[in-house]
Amino acid sequence: MNNIFVYCEIEEGKIADVSLELLTKGRELADKLGCGLEALAIGHKLKGIEDELYKYGADMVYVADDERLYPYRTLPHTSIVCGIFREEQPQIALFGATPIGRDLGPRVSSKLYSGLTADCTSLEIGNHSDAKSGTEYKNLLYQIRPAFGGNIIATIINPDKRPQMATVREGVMKKEEYSGAKQGELKKLDVNKYLNDSDFIVRIIDRHIEDRKIDIKNAPIIISGGYGVGSKENFGLLFQLADVLGGEVGASRAAVDSGFAEHERQVGQTGVTVRPKLYIACGISGQIQHTAGMDESAMIISINTDPEAPINKIADYAITGDVMDVIPKLISAYKENSK
Amino acid sequence: MLMNKPLKIVVLAKQVPDTRNVGKDAMKADETVNRAALPAIFNPEDLNALEQALRLKDKYEGTTVHILTMGPYRAADIIREGLFRGTDGGILLTDRKFAGSDTLATSYALACALKKINPDLIIAGRQAIDGDTAQVGPQVAEKLDIPQVTYAEEIIGFEGDELIIKRRLDRGIETVASTIPMVVTVNGSAPECRPRHAKLVMKYKHAKTISEVQNLEEDYYMNLRKSRDYLTISEWGVADVDAEDPQLGLTGSPTKVKKIENVVFQAKEAKKITSSEEDISGLVKELIASHTLG
Repeated sequence: MNNIFVYCEIEEGKIADVSLELLTKGRELADKLGCGLEALAIGHKLKGIEDELYKYGADMVYVADDERLYPYRTLPHTSIVCGIFREEQPQIALFGATPIGRDLGPRVSSKLYSGLTADCTSLEIGNHSDAKSGTEYKNLLYQIRPAFGGNIIATIINPDKRPQMATVREGVMKKEEYSGAKQGELKKLDVNKYLNDSDFIVRIIDRHIEDRKIDIKNAPIIISGGYGVGSKENFGLLFQLADVLGGEVGASRAAVDSGFAEHERQVGQTGVTVRPKLYIACGISGQIQHTAGMDESAMIISINTDPEAPINKIADYAITGDVMDVIPKLISAYKENSK
Repeated sequence: MLMNKPLKIVVLAKQVPDTRNVGKDAMKADETVNRAALPAIFNPEDLNALEQALRLKDKYEGTTVHILTMGPYRAADIIREGLFRGTDGGILLTDRKFAGSDTLATSYALACALKKINPDLIIAGRQAIDGDTAQVGPQVAEKLDIPQVTYAEEIIGFEGDELIIKRRLDRGIETVASTIPMVVTVNGSAPECRPRHAKLVMKYKHAKTISEVQNLEEDYYMNLRKSRDYLTISEWGVADVDAEDPQLGLTGSPTKVKKIENVVFQAKEAKKITSSEEDISGLVKELIASHTLG
């Protein structure tokens, strides 16, 4: 009772990275709180799925396996999640901030009347004293996220309602097999206990999975452009540098909103979180909305005309100059000096 | 289409501070957000939602589209923007008791208003740029106990009594069908909203809420309003939508803000480099030597 639950997304028998990342984080929080970590797997043909979930620290795996539960649909998954939460009374529930988690999480929070914080960048355990009522709360979940376009960082708590719910984007937390992992307990659910006919009112009539063509998440080197690059044409130069260095091109939200680059390339709180070995920020001022998605890069180089640009505070090297002037020099210097 | 009565659509829209253009005066001395310094705009994805609604209106004769927005008095701008683009009207949900609402308390208030309107279809933007939560759409759907379809890119139309909707997900496309009523939330990848129509701007430029008319203290608008009822923008408060106080505002919000921090970057010494060829060549050599490159 009062454990931590992680809703696990499963696509074609494979557990989503974000779910394993949440289990890793959930394990850390559970050890801190001295409670259990439980994984909830809902889908079809899930035989053996528990083994992978134990590896990432789950003490208990709930499996709801039924052909009507895959692909994901809002209402049947909501009924099962809410049913289990009502029975088990978790203190914390974590979801991926994916199209599934961001569809399911709010529905569940509304049904259970519990608070949900979207797109958290950090989760911690801490205390709280309510100034008005004088109530002391122990071991709450601090849900930390940028807000207001990334200009502020807010710490959100749910003092009175349970579960304390949060969504986290893929790549924000680390995925790590649990060193103390052991065989957990498997609990198969009788799905008909939770489902109603009215849960199937929405029908999926067609579905085609396309792998993302642009994959900046796994690129070792990212050349990222901001609004300061100036135009879609100028972004061409970033592609040239990426080609030469063997990297991918990323972009800030401002650049994507201005149509300079595709949405798939967006790095930051509402885009992809990346940890490349080298991140070159071109004409990016460095709002937290952007840096939240790249500040763990092993090395950061900024190119900016403004020597005081905020990005320089987290950069290892700050080149003061115009992107259009600096990039050709980088390309020729690399060609000269590499074998 | 088997519909024997006209389709009644409500678009949920929000007036938001333009967080994409934050200037130096965005923060006040007491470190709170200076909303007055930020231009207030029609939330971008709500405009995508509005376009989907107007396309259904173009397609199915007799369809009506109304905007429902919750906010301060000046949020009536959103409803006028809708009228200029072809909506039939709008409702401003405004009350001091709504202040401090989180997404759940907001959804409750909107759901109370929607129960009064009783639309066939509710369309909203996927998320608002001031919070990026994407929670209000699904929470409104749950409060009304109707299905939701999120991340929609196109509302294709009716087949039989089901509405067909194309969704854009991270890794592909999904097409779904459902009977109405339901809530649809629309992605920014959907078609942009049509521009204002000059004739509609002329017709509706004096459309106002009762509070706006009273604040002007001019009989002219009051008289204008009496003779042309299409210039009335409805204004509802808590009492008008039968909402219960404990579920509103701060008390109705399970999430609380514990702490707000302005973003301060950790000071770390960046090595400054000029854009001279020598400096850049030196940097590249260093990167190759450390195996960061090559």
